[in-house]
Amino acid sequence: MAADMRLPTVRKAVSLSVSAFDRKDLVVPGDVITSDTGFMRGHGTYVDEDKLTASVAGEVQRVDKLICVRPLKTRFNGEVGDVVVGRITEVQQKRWKVETNSRLDSVLLLSSVNLPGGELRRRSAEDELTMREYLQEGDLISAEVQSVFSDGALSLHTRSLKYGKLGQGVLVQLSPSLIKRQKTHFHNLPCGASIILGNNGFVWLYPTPEQQEEEAGGFYTSLEPVSLSDREVISRLRNCLLALAAHKVLLYDTSVLYCYEFSVQHQVKDILKPEVMEEIVMLTQQKLLEQEG
Amino acid sequence: MRKKTYQLPLCCCRCNVGIPIADCIQIRLVIYNPKCIYYKYFWAVCLAIVLPEKGRMGNVVRRRTRGALRCSSFEVCGNMAGLELLSDQGYRLDGRKATELRKVQARMGVFAQADGSAYLEQGNTKALAVVYGPHEMRGSRSRTRHDRAVINCQYSMATFSTAERKRRPHGDRKSTEMSLHLKQTFEAAVMTQLYPRSQIDIYVKILQSDGGNYSVCVNAATLAVIDAGIPMRDYVCACTVGFVDETPLADLCYAEESGGVSSLALALLPRGGQIALLQMDARLHQDHLEALIEAAMTACKGVSKVLDEVVRQHLEEVSVLSGE
Repeated sequence: MAADMRLPTVRKAVSLSVSAFDRKDLVVPGDVITSDTGFMRGHGTYVDEDKLTASVAGEVQRVDKLICVRPLKTRFNGEVGDVVVGRITEVQQKRWKVETNSRLDSVLLLSSVNLPGGELRRRSAEDELTMREYLQEGDLISAEVQSVFSDGALSLHTRSLKYGKLGQGVLVQLSPSLIKRQKTHFHNLPCGASIILGNNGFVWLYPTPEQQEEEAGGFYTSLEPVSLSDREVISRLRNCLLALAAHKVLLYDTSVLYCYEFSVQHQVKDILKPEVMEEIVMLTQQKLLEQEG
Repeated sequence: MRKKTYQLPLCCCRCNVGIPIADCIQIRLVIYNPKCIYYKYFWAVCLAIVLPEKGRMGNVVRRRTRGALRCSSFEVCGNMAGLELLSDQGYRLDGRKATELRKVQARMGVFAQADGSAYLEQGNTKALAVVYGPHEMRGSRSRTRHDRAVINCQYSMATFSTAERKRRPHGDRKSTEMSLHLKQTFEAAVMTQLYPRSQIDIYVKILQSDGGNYSVCVNAATLAVIDAGIPMRDYVCACTVGFVDETPLADLCYAEESGGVSSLALALLPRGGQIALLQMDARLHQDHLEALIEAAMTACKGVSKVLDEVVRQHLEEVSVLSGE
């Protein structure tokens, strides 16, 4: 197999405009934000000798009297209603533990999933014993955040037909801050694949299902072979996502789709080459700007 | 300075030669080889222990040599290794002034997989730091703290990092001790109480070792923790200082460290001036201690300025890229 070899090149410096320098809203740990005591202490800050001080590197956000510092990169801080993609790490009594890129493993209670065979069914002791048949360690699921516990752990639910176990597809793990919050995070892209943009930075790419299976309650996974063309589309999308993430472009259906359209002229494997990546992302950004303006 | 020169073959290095030095705990055998390409002064240092009461050398506890040692002379002396660490003009072996730091270069966010990562060079010492977390406790659940996060550090040295190839990159006694020190340092700075029941992993690897390993690790790990977006009270900056000829030397290199200088490592939270860790395992007169700590604090503040610049540069680059 011929490998693509390249010589090391000098890293391109990001062109910082004059306005970007000395920005007052960028702080580093230990920076005093204000010594005025009239403000409220939000996330990413602490009070040191009556001075409000930053504890993370990032952007200062003020909402009325509340001051927060939002770090550029962090683990997923879930909010109620967020769509997440996660992986089962543990099966416990009446609950599954799910890894969702959060600072503690999330909990999926047996009582907050739709079991096969109807909405209104009591959870019996038998269900508890057969939990591993529905979801076992290593399975991927999509779910919604139901509530947040006091220690920051998330409680999930899959009480809708769109959530549940994920079957054949590709998982891409990115930074949660790159996912744009939108009304819907499930998209059937016109290029022939579907995408779940989890708020936690986990993105699931899968072939668009033919029709929705009603009875299975989200535990049915199709094991039909996926056609080569579908797989190609999915791998192209995956590489596009990585390219967009490398250049810190916000991810939502439009940006992914534009990137896909511009990548068509290249081979799937070439998309990850730095120069191709840059070209595609540049075209995408341009089109997105045109669309906005 | 007492200094004796022996014309000996190398094999004597391991022998228990009787040496009449009664007043020091540690002595070093220094082999001076001017032909070596790595340093102007290259030594192979054999650290040995003198049994003070008997006045003779015990077993060689550690040997740092490179394969071909067709050396000419063999110097044995007391606390000084027979090298002039500070010249009369006030210059050190590598041409620095006493308070001058080595050149510090760093980059944040070098890995995509980890939550935070950084690469830092301080002179010829190079370190990579990676941070994962805060995440659910892995491994033994019993270590879980219900009021704060647990910090887990691992220090390792690449096998190719020293002049003599290392057999065990991590897990030996020295690395374990270093991991413990790193853990203590970061527990003082990271606001662990915000993440109950979680764990923060900090992995540091020395890629090239040229003295001041502890301080370079702390500096690299600080950048990685900031990159991971984990709240800290302040930067933690560390520096080693040595004491030669009544003068504190900032940021020792390997040549100086192994030259028998009594050195001190200090980790500082620079803005408040709080000390996160102070370590010294050499002998020093107590009158000099204050001056030495003062010099270390000044050096740490110098390091913090450099780190601050790196972090701000990184912040601006990322925020420009993401178009905020």
